[in-house]
Amino acid sequence: MILLIQYMLIFASVLLLVALGGCFSEHSGVINIGLEGIMVFGALGGALVMRYLPDGTAAVWVILLSVLAAVAFGMLFSLLLGVAAINFKADQTLVGTAMNLLGTAAATVIVKAINTAENPDNVSATIQYVQAKKAFLVNIGDFEFNWFMALAFVLLLISYVLLYKTRFGLRLQACGEHPQAADSVGINVYKMRYAGVLISGVLGGIGGLVYITAGVSEWKFENGVAGFGFLALAVMIFGQWKPLRIALAALLFGLFRSLSNVYMGFDLLQQLNLPGTVYNMLPYIISLVVLALTSKRVHAPKAEGIPYDKGSR
Amino acid sequence: MGMDATKKKNRTPFFAQPAVQTLLASLFCVLFGLVLGFIVLLIIQPGTNPETGDLYAWEAILAIVKNFFKFSNHASRVKNFGNTLVKTAPLLMCSLSVLFAYKVGLFNIGAAGQYVVGAGASLYLALGLQLPWYVCLLAAAVAGAVWGAISGVLKAYRHVNEVISCIMLNWIGLYAVNSLLALVKDPASPYTLKIKENAASSVLPSLGLTKLFPGNKYVSLAIPLAILFAVLVWVVLSKTKFGYELKATGLNKNAAKYCGMREKRNIILTMAIAGALAGIGAGMLYLTGYEEWSCTQASVPNMGFNGIAAAFLGGLHPIGSIFSAFFIQHITSGGAYVDKTMYCSQISDFISAVIIYSCGFVLFIKQNAQRIRNRRIERSLQLTKGGETA
Repeated sequence: MILLIQYMLIFASVLLLVALGGCFSEHSGVINIGLEGIMVFGALGGALVMRYLPDGTAAVWVILLSVLAAVAFGMLFSLLLGVAAINFKADQTLVGTAMNLLGTAAATVIVKAINTAENPDNVSATIQYVQAKKAFLVNIGDFEFNWFMALAFVLLLISYVLLYKTRFGLRLQACGEHPQAADSVGINVYKMRYAGVLISGVLGGIGGLVYITAGVSEWKFENGVAGFGFLALAVMIFGQWKPLRIALAALLFGLFRSLSNVYMGFDLLQQLNLPGTVYNMLPYIISLVVLALTSKRVHAPKAEGIPYDKGSR
Repeated sequence: MGMDATKKKNRTPFFAQPAVQTLLASLFCVLFGLVLGFIVLLIIQPGTNPETGDLYAWEAILAIVKNFFKFSNHASRVKNFGNTLVKTAPLLMCSLSVLFAYKVGLFNIGAAGQYVVGAGASLYLALGLQLPWYVCLLAAAVAGAVWGAISGVLKAYRHVNEVISCIMLNWIGLYAVNSLLALVKDPASPYTLKIKENAASSVLPSLGLTKLFPGNKYVSLAIPLAILFAVLVWVVLSKTKFGYELKATGLNKNAAKYCGMREKRNIILTMAIAGALAGIGAGMLYLTGYEEWSCTQASVPNMGFNGIAAAFLGGLHPIGSIFSAFFIQHITSGGAYVDKTMYCSQISDFISAVIIYSCGFVLFIKQNAQRIRNRRIERSLQLTKGGETA
């Protein structure tokens, strides 16, 4: 049971962070299908730092530096979306898809190059961080507390305040609802959209780092992040683009995801005798059903996905 | 006389013709991808090969671009050419799927999932029920069509964005197919049973193509069939009333409805056809026995996403897709021939990802070129007019 809660909280943290990232991007008016790629790059940044830090490094530094690297890599990668979607008015779905393919391919090429350069026999795309990973964990009885759970919670509060209680957040949302109107009152729509995309890079990058340190101590970059970016997208939709609801959705979907890992430990679930894949599938089915039932009432940011052209105001 | 002169003037110059521009844009994207790939290779290993005097990175890029041409002996060249074609067929089908939907204003990111359920249906009917190949291929089409139609129905009746529903369906499909195909799995490995040994009647007929590609066991009906589908999609979209209606629906749903077209039916039908194309694509690969399905795979196969790449690289034209699908598969297969002591085959994936990314810029550049040209024409017209009045 404790294991289940632990898994649920850590997976929920990943989903929460990445979905909040998507939420910022979409509220600014840019659909971010490329979250998966951003996660991979954030994970790569964090993993590289963990790998190269000397073994005795203090826990604080490990956490700080790896998070910073994840943020930097995530932001850099999200710029690909920013430039294409905002300046060049590219099709955002196309660019997002390219980013997902690019994220995994580039990360694999980079990690393999590093591994092979060090040892010609090592052609794997795996980075190990057994020692460094311990910095994130604190054992409270049987429960393995992960600092990232706290970080995700803090970032949730910050996101909420930022989005609803600050001038920046309200302006950001205006750009996603009616950019022409926002522009007419002097808001720089391009800048705001860049802000939204970059924030999604920051949060997505951290999310990627959290994901690869959840439960494992090495990561094979050929696998990307196995659809977690898309699951986060589902969380964002289920949470109807609102941070607090996203948090609840993340908890629910995190529960499903952890059930697929540990359902064998529960007599009741074992008696149901459902294959593990059912728990993997459930989050997607639920979001689809919710979308089908509510999409006429609830609206995504109105202008999302439409490139803003100042000339066509 | 004067009439003739204006006519001549109004003829579009060579570089302004849409087809030429599309071709140039695609070539530019390819070049950009290759150059970026070369730079990455150069960063990984900047050295020169002492035996040949060439840069290692240059040799690797050549290996990718050459693919099967690298074999000096004719037999293995032809055999590997066949292998590239075997994988081009499904890629072409996926790109047709994306393209078909895109022409109707729908972004079918779900080609990946429709491909997955197509694989599930065809392999299960083949390995589980030993049905003949045409039934399996038809089942792949139906499964893909159903998967696509779900997105279509949600879009038409519930206003659910097709991109979002497709993404959800991609993953639902993957997990469902993993469970389904676990029933016909080889007990010793995560892969499904070999189709040639366990369901010979379900293997696609080779149509004598094996004679053209001696030594290649996988070339089949799929290759000419895929090309046939490309032509068919082209005919339907540009030569029939049905295609015209679909495109009209894509351009303006409400206008189409006002004209008496059944816009809801058109959306659903489009997604079903797109889904069927992608589903058949999967059947075309898995029914040759070229690959088995891994029942433990944790992510949706890239085939459907690469279909998006091929569709856009082909200038969103069915015939263009034939060439772009072949090219993308060509460099992907070529990636296997880079020197593995320094580089990895994923460099090809990297190059194709860069190519898709750069395709995103094509429309913008084209529009701007058009705008500049229009302005120039306007100015020259004004000049001649001014001359007349004076």
